[in-house]
Amino acid sequence: MTTLTTTTAVRPEAPDAHISKVRRVGRAVLGRQPIGLLFGAPYLIFVVVLFAYPLILAVWISFHNYFFTAPGVAVARPWVGFANYWAVLQDAEVRQSFINVGVFLLINVPLTVILSLLVATALNAVIPFKTFFRTAFYVPYVTASVAMIGVWLFMFSSGGIVNHALGSLAPVPSWLVNETWAMPSVAIYVTWKSMGFYILLYLAALQNVPKELYEAAEIDGASWWHRFRSVTIPGVRTVTTLVLLLAIITGANLFTEPYLLTGGGGPNGKSVSPVLLIYQTGIEQNRPAFASALGVILTLGVLAVAGVVQFVQRRTA
Amino acid sequence: MTITEEAPPRLVEPAVDAPVPRRRRRRLSWPQLILLIIAAMVFLFPFYYMIVGSLQKKQNTSLSGALPQPHNLTLHNYSQINAALKLGKALLNSGIFTGGVLLCTVVFGVLAGYALAQLHFRGRALLFAVMLVLLMVPFQLLMIPLYVLVVRNYGLGDSYLGMIAPFAINSTAVFIFRQFFMQLPPELFDAARIDGASERQILTGIAIPLVRPALITAMLLTFIGPWNEFLWPFLITKKQSLQPLAVALANYMSTVSSTATNPFGAVLAGAFVLAFPAVLLIIAFGRYFVSPDIGSAVKG
Repeated sequence: MTTLTTTTAVRPEAPDAHISKVRRVGRAVLGRQPIGLLFGAPYLIFVVVLFAYPLILAVWISFHNYFFTAPGVAVARPWVGFANYWAVLQDAEVRQSFINVGVFLLINVPLTVILSLLVATALNAVIPFKTFFRTAFYVPYVTASVAMIGVWLFMFSSGGIVNHALGSLAPVPSWLVNETWAMPSVAIYVTWKSMGFYILLYLAALQNVPKELYEAAEIDGASWWHRFRSVTIPGVRTVTTLVLLLAIITGANLFTEPYLLTGGGGPNGKSVSPVLLIYQTGIEQNRPAFASALGVILTLGVLAVAGVVQFVQRRTA
Repeated sequence: MTITEEAPPRLVEPAVDAPVPRRRRRRLSWPQLILLIIAAMVFLFPFYYMIVGSLQKKQNTSLSGALPQPHNLTLHNYSQINAALKLGKALLNSGIFTGGVLLCTVVFGVLAGYALAQLHFRGRALLFAVMLVLLMVPFQLLMIPLYVLVVRNYGLGDSYLGMIAPFAINSTAVFIFRQFFMQLPPELFDAARIDGASERQILTGIAIPLVRPALITAMLLTFIGPWNEFLWPFLITKKQSLQPLAVALANYMSTVSSTATNPFGAVLAGAFVLAFPAVLLIIAFGRYFVSPDIGSAVKG
């Protein structure tokens, strides 16, 4: 607080002619442009009020017997140690939700990486109607998931156009209510929905691959596939790592899709996601302590996996 | 071996026509182009089908239903969803939510990003470290405590402020703005300081105009976040009169749609109204819709 009051005393726009002693001391303590503190202040306040405090509260709730009460009612919320964590780890639905995230990643990551890189390579070449093609791939990404889920429900319902097209090959029960197909359907939907963003990232990365490498490969008589494998893929490595990280975060944060597309994680919890469980247990069933413990475990899991991915990437770079 | 055979003529060519081969980009072969067209159709089809489906008088899910049929066209679905959701009010709520988030993200993000990139002050390293940590913690962890705080402690349930607050500042935006400003030479700002410009003048008069295209890109990407956001506004708005369109439509989909004469038609009509503004923006500002070039500055 004292430092902030000094800031006003040493306004940097004071004429340089008489650099007072106060100002010199101020510079030594606060840096050359102390107004930076003022510029950064809203962000910092936001971080404390809407981030750090809730974060601590989440951890606090997860170690206590916490539940919602009518406003103004004081109740004891005793410390329960790791009891909530045990409850989470022993919960069959939680385990299923993590398996579902695994299924999601197994389908989503390879599809996203391969298809978006191929499309980005094609868009980077000379093609007619370039703007049209680029926009076509961005449309699902910029459109609200709620809106697109409406269309997918229409297309993939048991009497929908997809099953009409497939005829006798259509799965029974239909895609979104089928225990085997529910989670893959969510994964394919998300892949389709978010691919525009990854195409965008790959397109930017492709601009930075040195053209000389392609020319050299061409002189060596390398085929299209050879150039793609030996020049393009290594050239966009960092983006591929980023795609992997973002896919893991997306998988861990799935909510709208299992909630709406497969009707609340159905059938039989076969498409339930951890965040959907946080919502159901924490808010619908008034078990915020359980939900917070699940949130902490989920976050630590994501951070651990993300750390491993980055470590491997650095090791093999 | 192929090198020795092919190299000599190639070495001569550039001398005649030097800049062309370097700039030349590959052309796609016909099969590749056809594959690209098919892929683009797969991406556009649901959007197209949404429009066709929203205009059907009677639901037609057969293959022929993918083409609009003159005797089966109606705008009734739009009036039906309008009656159920009060589209105008829902769009207004979406607009206020999105506008609030956009304004806060840009104003506070630019200030913090500029400070982190170009100003020297005590605590800058700490601020940067805090930002990097925040980039990694998912919003979903904060869902329960934020719900407790915003709805129960601060009493901001069913309010625009409660909707906007958790998204008002976004660490990713701060990070991206910092990268924009890092690319500007510090000498430029030192020169302005010597000329007696205040830090605020330098920011609004020099720094922001120089990064304007990047700012538009960031605003486009920020817009689609809150416009399409579902989870948080869904959690804190129970009154329909305050729900953004995405939330109102989702509730309609999961509860009341069964009572409508053509439930999918009404849902698709609502979906089109929700999707249209974002798609329009992307068509209008498509050239700004590029990846923020953050790669070059991350190394520094």
